[in-house]
Amino acid sequence: MSTLTLSCPVPVTTRDHVSLGHGSGGKLSAELMRDVFLPAFRNSTLERMEDQAVFAVNNGRMAFTTDSFVVKPLFFPGGDIGSLAVHGTVNDLAMGGAKPLFLSTAFIIEEGFSMEKLRRIVDSLGRAAKDCGVQIVTGDTKVVDKGSGDGVFINTTGLGVVTEGVYLSAGEARPGDAVLVSGSIGEHGIAILAEREGLEFDSPVESDSAPLHKLVADMLETTHAIRCLRDPTRGGVSSSLNEIAAQSQVGIMLDEPSILIREEVRGACEMLGLDPLYVANEGKLLAIVDAKVADELVAVMRRNPLGRDARRIGTVSGMDAGWVTMRTVLGTTRIVDMLAGDQLPRIC
Amino acid sequence: MRYIDEYRDPKIAQALVDQIHAKVTRPWVLMEICGGQTHTLMRYGIDELIAPQVELVHGPGCPVCVTPIEIVDKAVEIASRPDVTFVSYGDMLRVPGTKSDLFRVKAQGGDVRIAYSPMEAVKIARANPTRKVVFFGIGFETTAPANAMAVWKARELGLTNFSELVSHVLVPPAIRLLLNSPDNRVQGFIAPGHVCTVMGYWEYQALVDEYHVPIVVGGFEPVDLLEAISMLVAQLEEGRADMENQYARTVNYQGNQPAQDIIEKVFEVADRKWRGIGRIPMSGLRLRPEFAAFDAEKIYGVEALEAEEPAECISALVLQGLKKPVDCPAFATRCTPEQPLGAPMVSAEGACSAYYQYRRHTTSLVCIA
Amino acid sequence: MCLAVPGKLVETQLIGDSRLGVVQFGGIKRSVFLDFVPEAQTGDYVLVHVGFAISRLDEEEAQRTYQLLERIGMLETEDPELEANQELPDAIHR
Repeated sequence: MSTLTLSCPVPVTTRDHVSLGHGSGGKLSAELMRDVFLPAFRNSTLERMEDQAVFAVNNGRMAFTTDSFVVKPLFFPGGDIGSLAVHGTVNDLAMGGAKPLFLSTAFIIEEGFSMEKLRRIVDSLGRAAKDCGVQIVTGDTKVVDKGSGDGVFINTTGLGVVTEGVYLSAGEARPGDAVLVSGSIGEHGIAILAEREGLEFDSPVESDSAPLHKLVADMLETTHAIRCLRDPTRGGVSSSLNEIAAQSQVGIMLDEPSILIREEVRGACEMLGLDPLYVANEGKLLAIVDAKVADELVAVMRRNPLGRDARRIGTVSGMDAGWVTMRTVLGTTRIVDMLAGDQLPRIC
Repeated sequence: MRYIDEYRDPKIAQALVDQIHAKVTRPWVLMEICGGQTHTLMRYGIDELIAPQVELVHGPGCPVCVTPIEIVDKAVEIASRPDVTFVSYGDMLRVPGTKSDLFRVKAQGGDVRIAYSPMEAVKIARANPTRKVVFFGIGFETTAPANAMAVWKARELGLTNFSELVSHVLVPPAIRLLLNSPDNRVQGFIAPGHVCTVMGYWEYQALVDEYHVPIVVGGFEPVDLLEAISMLVAQLEEGRADMENQYARTVNYQGNQPAQDIIEKVFEVADRKWRGIGRIPMSGLRLRPEFAAFDAEKIYGVEALEAEEPAECISALVLQGLKKPVDCPAFATRCTPEQPLGAPMVSAEGACSAYYQYRRHTTSLVCIA
Repeated sequence: MCLAVPGKLVETQLIGDSRLGVVQFGGIKRSVFLDFVPEAQTGDYVLVHVGFAISRLDEEEAQRTYQLLERIGMLETEDPELEANQELPDAIHR
């Protein structure tokens, strides 16, 4: 990030589109910072405008994560790439039992991208960060040739502090543990698909994109007998649970009737031949917990608006290690496999 | 969801399972033809519920799986052209051709798009007059009316930039081939409910009369399939060989006349090669000569392409129900959904994919001697 | 083959020579071509495959056969209360 010069002779003009110059580190970059990013991310650390953010740390453990956001379309019911970029990284920190503190954002923008759209995204990002109580303290902007990017890509990297005495890991699941989920599944993926494909809903399916750190804090305040937390994003509930089953070398058995799926999501999945277990979520978490505390935790989660439909959906077992299986509505068993690539809609 | 949920009722399903077990006095081998039915059977574990006395063998009911490898190669060739927008159903995207597949063409920059309906391709052609739009028209008789209508409407609209790469297959000739095979173990068939919605079941009545084998038209939900199986078992136990219709809420003897009409107007019956099985006479559909202007094979000069299958793939035997996917030495080892050797591993309801997806961990349950 | 989903026809319109409809599948609506079901009217249930309705569901037939299935299901559970009530599930009620 370069320092602002106060004697810039170039008259400020409103620009409609992002140009290569905006990424070059000169006056246009400074203009972009001043007019678009700074107003959205106001905080004292950022306003020092150094090349790095410096802050004090106490003893303890920190959590550190990064994620890049390339979602298409950029704007969808329930959010946009900006708010998603905050929620996604905040959630990755929260899944480690950390209180999120700071974020960096790096933007890669395609030449010719609409300035108005950029403002909308940046404002949304700033607001999401503020609502989460995290500060955006450093960042970067690059502009690439037209055709080299896809509108805009955002990377956010997050830092947080892990609560004392909390050790969460996908390798900690034990036979007998309960599998909990914080609500209904499949909404984000279907919202995106609906926007892309022009599906019409009675009550529109909105992305469930939301920050989960407060829900996690409530849960950790109740008990530390939580082995693992995961937010089932790309690849859905199936991917997260398969990862846990593999890392902990346990079996996970789900109970199909207890999994909650909204009517509209189900309709879309039936129509397109998609399985909701593989559809992305951006505001839900899975928790592997000691079975003794399962009921209490579900009650606590339900008191939080983001956990109002929390429920138990399965059990960890010592059998079929590494596999996720599911008891179907008919009482038979099927495996819930990892997908090879993206789930494609089918006609057969 | 109405007409879906009630056909997944566990109480009714259990009652039908009990009914089947109560009737059975000896082992029977049944076959379901349609890949969508295979998918349901695997996903709900219905084959587990009726075992061990009733064995389900999976027929060549996956049009994706039986699309000849040459057609996939032709699709890849056409889709790789810079002036072509290639539109396909999602199912076909990962099916391996000789060297490549549509997904790879897309990854390398080809304009390959997924559609839920052939009319989306017509729409794209109308909106982009400078692009050549090709639609991959595969499927059984169920999809033929839609694929035919797309060509018909394109002609009505006067489009000169729309064509279809057609590879339709018909079910009754495949059943006939199976019944003629000396290795055939199948004693009763579940006819494909959505194919019959379009075509009626008069063709299957003819098979019943000729081969004295019971056939029941079945739906796609667990209760539908269990009811169809129960009806077949009843027939077999009573020594009958009749044509029956379980899926009467949408299937009737004659079928859908307007749908059959458009198939007749746009397509003609032709010999077709079925991947893994070989050439079956009069078992496919192709565009009539008067629609040559919409025939992608003619337009792009790919008619003469020939191809070979990888030797290890035993899909021929799987598709004819002679082997189960788990019998294949390459199953889940050298042949996986990520690196498939043959189409039944790629298509969502190819038998190999269904076993891989739902059953890999308990292969002992599905190997019935 | 083939993924065909039943839904309720809630709207129809004529665009040139084509009759189009809006079909509702459990909370989601989709535009569908009605060329193959000229007899279908709003309120009917149709079976939709790749954007085309391929049949009109015979609701009387469905009700009749489902009642039989239901009875088998109820006898299964031997629940005297259920037998006494003999209620159709909400799904089949008009």
